[in-house]
Amino acid sequence: MANISLRDVRKLYGKEEVMQGINLEIEDGEFIVILGPSGCGKSTLLRMIAGLEAVSTGEIHIGGALVNDLEPRERGCAMVFQNYALYPHMTVAANIGYALKVAGIKRAERDAQVAAVARSVGLEDFLDRKPGQLSGGQRQRVAMARAIIRSPEVFLFDEPLSNLDATLRVRMRHEIRRIHTRIGATSVFVTHDQHEGMTLADRIVIMNKGTIEQIGSPEEIYDRPLSVYVAGFIGSPAMNFMSGSVDAVRSCIRLEDHGQIDITRDRAVALDGKQVRIGLRPENLKMVAAGDGDFTGRFEFAEELGSGRLYHFLIEDLSVTVISPQKLDFKPGQPVGLQMDPEHVHIFDEATGARLDMLEPVRRLEAVAVAE
Amino acid sequence: MIERTPILNIVTHAILFTGLALLVVPIYLVVVAASQTLPDVMAIPAKLLPGDQLWVNLRAAWQEAEFSTKFTNTLILASSVVVGKIVLAALTAFGIVFFNHRLRMPIFWMVFITLMLPLEVRIVPTYAVAANVLSPFQSILDWTGLTRLINAVTGVEVALNWNLLNSYTGLVMPLVATATGTFLYRQFFLTIPDELVEAAKMDGAGPLRFLREILIPLSATNMAALATIMFVVGWNQYLWPLLIITDPAYGVAAVELSRLVPNMNTTGGDIPNWHWAMAGTLIVMLPPVVVVILMQRWFVRGLINTEK
Repeated sequence: MANISLRDVRKLYGKEEVMQGINLEIEDGEFIVILGPSGCGKSTLLRMIAGLEAVSTGEIHIGGALVNDLEPRERGCAMVFQNYALYPHMTVAANIGYALKVAGIKRAERDAQVAAVARSVGLEDFLDRKPGQLSGGQRQRVAMARAIIRSPEVFLFDEPLSNLDATLRVRMRHEIRRIHTRIGATSVFVTHDQHEGMTLADRIVIMNKGTIEQIGSPEEIYDRPLSVYVAGFIGSPAMNFMSGSVDAVRSCIRLEDHGQIDITRDRAVALDGKQVRIGLRPENLKMVAAGDGDFTGRFEFAEELGSGRLYHFLIEDLSVTVISPQKLDFKPGQPVGLQMDPEHVHIFDEATGARLDMLEPVRRLEAVAVAE
Repeated sequence: MIERTPILNIVTHAILFTGLALLVVPIYLVVVAASQTLPDVMAIPAKLLPGDQLWVNLRAAWQEAEFSTKFTNTLILASSVVVGKIVLAALTAFGIVFFNHRLRMPIFWMVFITLMLPLEVRIVPTYAVAANVLSPFQSILDWTGLTRLINAVTGVEVALNWNLLNSYTGLVMPLVATATGTFLYRQFFLTIPDELVEAAKMDGAGPLRFLREILIPLSATNMAALATIMFVVGWNQYLWPLLIITDPAYGVAAVELSRLVPNMNTTGGDIPNWHWAMAGTLIVMLPPVVVVILMQRWFVRGLINTEK
């Protein structure tokens, strides 16, 4: 079938290197989401796989064959575009069947296939309409059907949901997942929306400035981000960051102006004097009485989420968010103690942004004492 | 900025009516003159109401100017210009917009320059080329001394000659090769989203199939607009046919019309046949008017690009 293999793929525009040596192995039947902010090169990467963009250096293999010099139609890929790219002068049926027509498939067989695919995406009543007469969601379905009918080995999605409204986006997301389960084609899905990435992907590829920051399952990426960049990009509301330095004498991380967290002596010794950046997810912070907890923050405001609330605090000038199912009412400026879950503190190198993996902070002095 | 004040209303309407009058009154006078007998046309003060001689005058003008032949010729000229322009313009614009090659900009600027050098400006060299299409090649052979060389070696005197005077080809070709259509198409092609081109590529359509099955159907309204303009332009050609056509069998309507318009040569000093001239004017005006009326809806849509 079709695994995809990218080997040191680079892309240069003039002298500027927009894609800096991408290496990526995609398994057959896998659903890969390429996630990154706009301008990180994720669409360029997808278009290089599709054959719409030339590779400057490096190799792209699909199903074991080198495809660098193959035309898009020879690569066995189907693509769903952000703006759907439907042919405005053709009916839905003609749009869906166009690839078959180009391939020279007889009209009767074409019609039968179009009807079958249209039924599978719920378009059977719209076959005679023009794209201009369809809603956004229906157009999206046509675009999907147009890709499905080619029974491709590789399915490429270029931000296909970003033009839909929120509810429709979730529905189409489920639809895409269902289609993937049914067809089983290797899929590469480009998006800047982390929810789409987290919910759809078998593995997520996080890109930043033309390089891959991290590859991993959604869970891995969320629980063990390998860099400050990934940690800040994934998670909504975003992770709280604080800077500090490791103090071996007191076996703790001294946070700039905001207090300190204790860590085990050997780790503190290993990282003595190191400038670090710690990341705390909003759901891993607890609100306790003022004076208790690791730091005290002044309450700013809260956002109602229905299932809980999002609380904003200020520790000196640093803004910290806490998400909690509890519904608590604070007065603006009221001091509240914040306590971290020691299991979930992420520690990164301040200078390089890389995860300092071995370091697992232990919060309580007592725990340290017991360990010693 | 839409304002509604009584004074502004009156002023704008006054301007509109003046413009309308400037356009309509001459046409009305043509109709009046074309429907009267010669003494009535010449009468002073002029009669401002139509007479009953319109049909008589039209028939006389038709026969006098041999319009049956001339209309056929003009129709051939105008339709060839329309077809030639559309094909040439679509292909040129296709090449300029959708292919990334080194000659893209040079070709674009060459086309652009022809906008600044219409046929009227380069009419003498164009005539020279029409008189002998191969003369530029002959000149090159002469300059490089190849003519003499060939003559010396083979004894053949090289004298290339391909005359297009008094032919439909000579009449049509120089009118086809101009830039307006290319620009209209280029502007339209630039509005085609890249994704559509890429979708066609993914579906496996090659460039020619893309042109035939996607671009051309999408540009149908533009084509109609271009066809309308070019038909009128082709129909009204005067200077070029006047120059290149000496054989009456190839004459076109606009040129023939000028022969109907009285002067000392045609009337030999008699009273000019103004009523026939005006009737002839009406006849020659008719086909472009019909085409514009029929194509109007498409024409407007094609120029303002409303189709999604």
